[in-house]
Amino acid sequence: MIDIQVARQQGSFRVDAGFRTPNAGITALFGLSGAGKTSVINMIAGLSRPDKGRIVVQERVLFDSDRGIDLPPEERSVGYIFQDGRLFPHLTVRSNLTYGMKLTPRSRRYIGFDQVVDLLGIEHLLDRRPGRLSGGEKQRVAIGRALLTSPRLLLMDEPLASLDQARKSEVIPFIGKLPAALSIPIIYVTHSTDEVLHLADDIVLMHCGKSVVAGKMPEVIHRPEFQEVIGRQEAFSVASMAVKNHDQSVGLTLLQGPAACLQVPLMKCAVGKPIRVRIRARDVAIALEPPSNTSVQNILEATIERVDMLASSLVDVRLNAGFPLLARVTIKAKNDLKLTVGQKVFALIKSMSISAGALDDGSGSSCSFG
Amino acid sequence: MEAFSLNALEVESLRLSLWVSGWAVVGSLPVGIGVAWVLARLRFPGRVLLDGLVHLPLVLPPVVTGYTLLVLMGKNGPLGSLLQKTIGLSFSFNWKGAALASAIMAFPLLVRAVRLSIETVDQGLEAAARTLGARPLRVFFTVTLPLIMPGVLAGVILCFARSLSEFGATITFVSNIPGQTRTLPLALYTLTQVPGGEAGALRLCIISVLLALVALLASELLARRLDHRLKG
Repeated sequence: MIDIQVARQQGSFRVDAGFRTPNAGITALFGLSGAGKTSVINMIAGLSRPDKGRIVVQERVLFDSDRGIDLPPEERSVGYIFQDGRLFPHLTVRSNLTYGMKLTPRSRRYIGFDQVVDLLGIEHLLDRRPGRLSGGEKQRVAIGRALLTSPRLLLMDEPLASLDQARKSEVIPFIGKLPAALSIPIIYVTHSTDEVLHLADDIVLMHCGKSVVAGKMPEVIHRPEFQEVIGRQEAFSVASMAVKNHDQSVGLTLLQGPAACLQVPLMKCAVGKPIRVRIRARDVAIALEPPSNTSVQNILEATIERVDMLASSLVDVRLNAGFPLLARVTIKAKNDLKLTVGQKVFALIKSMSISAGALDDGSGSSCSFG
Repeated sequence: MEAFSLNALEVESLRLSLWVSGWAVVGSLPVGIGVAWVLARLRFPGRVLLDGLVHLPLVLPPVVTGYTLLVLMGKNGPLGSLLQKTIGLSFSFNWKGAALASAIMAFPLLVRAVRLSIETVDQGLEAAARTLGARPLRVFFTVTLPLIMPGVLAGVILCFARSLSEFGATITFVSNIPGQTRTLPLALYTLTQVPGGEAGALRLCIISVLLALVALLASELLARRLDHRLKG
């Protein structure tokens, strides 16, 4: 278990975060810019000191204000991948990679140089200097450098933020396979719902310096606190499904979830591949009877679980369609259809409006709509 | 060509100048880097005072610096007699005194150059090194120092060049003793004071100019090379 309880006053801004997260998988520390995410991981790494709190990583106390424990960064065994890479410009890629490795006792190393170079595909860069690398290559080397210290926890601070779309898709697969390949927990700071969708197993939501909710993906996404923070305009639901089959003749891919199916435009990826899709609330319509003669491909039976009035004369309807589904309609629609909790309705979703996000899915093999 | 062959006295002053300046650099470099780091990184009461103290030789008349050294470090001065008694080190009227005077006069230039380059070092890189398991001292020697090398180099060259041209503090502190403290500028001054010394003075003048040019060129070349290394 990773147990984080930290409070720190930074000028007029107060960070006060508390969450627990498993010893495995990727935990996204998610929130808008300025929510205090980086402050939290700086405290975990020991780069800044909490006024009060406790930091425990894999049963090892790194910081405890009550007991006066405060390990310096070099004794924490916490790897840190910075947004800007921070490779040492005066050293070659090889020397950058081995910088921390040489400082790690042999008995504590769980991963070797060749393994890391292989895993990240950076063999051809070893003799170059960081100044001659692309953004994506720099981040891969930075990941390798941190991994080679054999850390017990890996912190990533928006490692993709400074990269363009193509470079992001280049780095994401490498990050995606780390937890399984090395069974190392990762705390991943991001403000991108795409990255959360592709990488996160758990989410901690930060807002204005506080940790608001924490939990498993994708359940947390559907919590009202979460939708509140990402903004009403952006409200969406997430469904975890697997690719069931492709129908080339009509250009559709069928996704199978635990209790529902979705048809989406033809995807390029293997059958059986797990995938998370995002459905924006404003792309979901509601009907009382299944419409005939419609272009809408996805007509799902659903039960209304909650109706929330929004300030802007809109209504958010929470549905259970075999997975939690959020629909946004106008007040007029709500009144015309007399929508109430418990009512059986049909949710209509255009296949075009279902997205797997703008990024690749993390398998390395392309898995996008195309 | 006859006019350009140096006589023994002139050769001696040139050799002494290089020797004294070399020691001035070697002696002041570690202290200079330390003081530059303290001024660039630490915030403590008295920092402004330390900054002022370091820069004092730059603005004081050299005679004042020389006289202060004479009073403090001379045979009977409080520091001078202490050093003489404890470690047998004497600065009075010998080349070590000349080196000390040169070092003190050049110190502000050295500290300035190094401090400026420390201030440009991305402290994020040092933080990254800490997370990779390096203790602060190792971080300094493996990350900070290599990154400030161009600044250190500029400081060394400036310090060396300034030492070569040191006159006022030296002549006040350790006088003008041939073979001990009569460096190039002092020899030049001596030549201008005696009848028939013009040719020798001119030769020393030209040597001074050449030395300065070589120093500046060397610094430029080395800086370029380091810069190239940092950029890949």
